[in-house]
Amino acid sequence: MREVHMDLISGEKLDRLTSMEKIRLILDKVKTGRIVVLENGLTPEEEVRLIEMTMTEIRLDEFSGIEIESYPAKKGGSFLDKILGKSVKGRLTVIGPANQLRTIEKDRYQISTKVSVGD
Amino acid sequence: MGFIRSLKLSFGIWINKIFKKKKAKIGLYGPPNAGKTTLANRIVEDWSDGGTMGLVSAIPHETRRAVRKEGLIIEANGSSIELDIVDTPGMATKIDFRDFMAFGLSEAEAKKRAREATEGVIEAIKWLEDLDGVLLIMDSTEDPYTQVNVVIIGNMEARKLPLLIVANKIDLPEASPARIKAAFPQHPMVSISALEGSNVDELYKAIAAHFR
Repeated sequence: MREVHMDLISGEKLDRLTSMEKIRLILDKVKTGRIVVLENGLTPEEEVRLIEMTMTEIRLDEFSGIEIESYPAKKGGSFLDKILGKSVKGRLTVIGPANQLRTIEKDRYQISTKVSVGD
Repeated sequence: MGFIRSLKLSFGIWINKIFKKKKAKIGLYGPPNAGKTTLANRIVEDWSDGGTMGLVSAIPHETRRAVRKEGLIIEANGSSIELDIVDTPGMATKIDFRDFMAFGLSEAEAKKRAREATEGVIEAIKWLEDLDGVLLIMDSTEDPYTQVNVVIIGNMEARKLPLLIVANKIDLPEASPARIKAAFPQHPMVSISALEGSNVDELYKAIAAHFR
């Protein structure tokens, strides 16, 4: 039986990392076939940087990119967060290799995905 | 986003409001095959003295380089706005050359297209930093909850820049603009068929009202 390796990364761990460290961590895991679940997700700016980095790392016969799903970012936060430009919060996010993770259904409140383990 | 950058952004928005900037650089964004270039061609046809922005094809990632058209003056609601429009390559999180082979491309052609498509996505992302607003084109026959849509909307909200959602392909029987509206109710939306030109007058009114 083939197994799927999943890494569920806590918000506390993500908070200690810089944006680039988060992106590197995610891509390194996903490129080895792991599914990554982020408790707090990424900010919209981090997500777009993740897509950009993914594009630079696509290799035609090895890595075709990522499947990423999250809920729309949440506005809010404290007054201090707003002053510091942190008023948009990332939310639960699942990321995996594009050839293994497939989104079945997604709406405002639920994400359903299927993971294929290959031959 | 740091405090200084946030302050600069807010200051820039206020300056634009005070001086009522009448020229705006607008990017056409969306997933591949949403109809971005078809709409860009329609806008150019309606508001310039000819030419097109790019080729249209059923094969995804036909547009792999951003194309800018300067100085289009759109008149609607009794006023006018000058736009530079930027037709961007389709945004995606994955690009597999085998998907292009399913459309009849040879392996060599498919690999070349895949390489160029990855560069195109990067180019589209870079353009986000140099725009005054975005027309987000969605295929109204498709599920609107794609990550590309979520990411573009999230980035425009974070940058506090105007966004207008265009629900395209309403000429198709399975189109459901209502599904898009329900997914992103916080943003204005116009339903059109860029291919047939239906309802584009409403889009021009919305552009004139929204991006000034």
